[in-house]
Amino acid sequence: MSVRVRPPRSAVVTAVLAALILGLALLGLCYGASWASPAEVLSVLTGREHSVVIHDWRLPRVAAGAVFGASLGVAGAIFQNLTRNPLGSPDVIGLDAGAYTGALFALTVLSGTPAQLAGASVAGGLIVSAAVYLLSVDRGFSGLRLVVIGIAVNAMVTALNSWIVLRADLDIAIAAVGWSAGSLNGVDWSDLTVPFAVIGVLLAVMAAQARAMHQTSLGDALAVTTGVALGRLRLLMVLVGVGCTATVTAVAGPIAFIALAAPQIGRRLAGSAGIPLLPAALTGAVLLQGADLIAQALLAPVALPVGVVSTAVGGCYLIWLLTKEVRRA
Amino acid sequence: MSARLSARDITLRYGDRVVATRLSLDIPDGAFTAVVGPNACGKSTLLRSLVRLLRPAEGRVELDGREVGSYPSKELARQVGFLPQDPLAPEDVKVRQLVARGRYPHQSLLKLWSERDEDAVTGAMAAAGVTELADRPVQELSGGQRQRVWIAMALAQETPYLLLDEPTSFLDITHQYQLLCLLAELRDQGRTVIAVLHDINQACRFADHLVAMRDGRVVAEGRPADIVDAALIKDVFDLPSVIVPDPVTATPMVVPTLQGE
Repeated sequence: MSVRVRPPRSAVVTAVLAALILGLALLGLCYGASWASPAEVLSVLTGREHSVVIHDWRLPRVAAGAVFGASLGVAGAIFQNLTRNPLGSPDVIGLDAGAYTGALFALTVLSGTPAQLAGASVAGGLIVSAAVYLLSVDRGFSGLRLVVIGIAVNAMVTALNSWIVLRADLDIAIAAVGWSAGSLNGVDWSDLTVPFAVIGVLLAVMAAQARAMHQTSLGDALAVTTGVALGRLRLLMVLVGVGCTATVTAVAGPIAFIALAAPQIGRRLAGSAGIPLLPAALTGAVLLQGADLIAQALLAPVALPVGVVSTAVGGCYLIWLLTKEVRRA
Repeated sequence: MSARLSARDITLRYGDRVVATRLSLDIPDGAFTAVVGPNACGKSTLLRSLVRLLRPAEGRVELDGREVGSYPSKELARQVGFLPQDPLAPEDVKVRQLVARGRYPHQSLLKLWSERDEDAVTGAMAAAGVTELADRPVQELSGGQRQRVWIAMALAQETPYLLLDEPTSFLDITHQYQLLCLLAELRDQGRTVIAVLHDINQACRFADHLVAMRDGRVVAEGRPADIVDAALIKDVFDLPSVIVPDPVTATPMVVPTLQGE
């Protein structure tokens, strides 16, 4: 066996992505209506200076970009593993839209407390994932069929969302529309503590199952005969994937395409077999942070919803991916 | 003849389609068992039930007297290894990475990659003759090479039982015989090998124990020399034939009597 002189590529990629996340975070803290120098930012972070703008406005937004991006990246990796298809990501197959339906229901019918928003989002995501699954099971399971049906369900649920908004009271409708593209505008710490805790637990659960998930890329038969409890693992993966998607949607609305693109970019960067979780999480964080910075800068001082940017960029990627998949099928 | 692995009165079905009814079978320990029969006779389905990929609708598949479905997943996977007919390689996987996947049942969150795993992977690659290919992407290999890589993965699992579903199907004749020799070697090292085979003459030459199936029933089982005659071949395959001794091994050799005009 050859002696390894260089550190493995996955470790290098992990380090570079982590550095990128910190760099983008610093940039996000500096950038705004008034530019703060990195030195100022650091003294605020270490508590030597006090700045409401940096500590209470920019920091939660930057943290949300990183954590939500990682959460979406992991959700995408989970569903792409489940469906064995790069198109099988929660935003494409309607889970974001379903979670948003749940959130709209909480806003319009219930009183719209954060707990209700979170619970209703998860419920909406689960209902849509169950519907997509049941509609796509026909004598066995096919990832591509699930994706195609998911795209159709996504369109229908999105239409339903528009209808709910149209029927809602004006103030609620305005709030809902501002949020419908997926946005980190105006998040503060009080919005984030519970979602961060939930995402932390979900990611820890999934990290413990990462190797089992990896093993499923050998196909169902070999996964089972090498010792994966497949039924239980699948259920867990769906719950974590929906949980990650819905938690982000409950706070920031349906931010599309991060979950679609991050796992594939992460996989190519890490040069690994299958779709690993860690590169997907880190890439997701970088993508969402980057998209959010672009969203703030593009028409400054007007901050666009980050979903507009991620959709515009991700849409091109989706078209490319679709043509590739159709050619393959 | 002792048998740790056995099927007791199992009925196998996919949905409404019954594949086998009340089938019983003992797999002799330490032997090479070959399962033969015409297409759709239920031989692959039987194999899937032995590795708990298909749960019998009735009856039990037992290992050491305990139903296989009741074992914790990893515990059974340390006893029984399986190679499906058309296994799926993850995108961009390298040979060594794929073989290492066979170590999954020996690992846990607290016991990640160990010396023991490293040795098992190296040993399995040497036994299957794929050491040279370690850093090659699996997708780039020929059919024969790829099949040996999959065997190496199954070997790395270090199970006393190795079950293979038509392992020779996509190989040319040379690679078929090389693979069968490898399986016989594994048997000599003490493993119990069970393979679904297409070619009755290869089965007769290499197997210690032959199981002939038709329509979900076991028509005959035993040493090839004891059970294979023209009547059995007629019963199982509907094929008129004469049986001659294999000029190399003296095992039964089936020579069909059908000929063109």
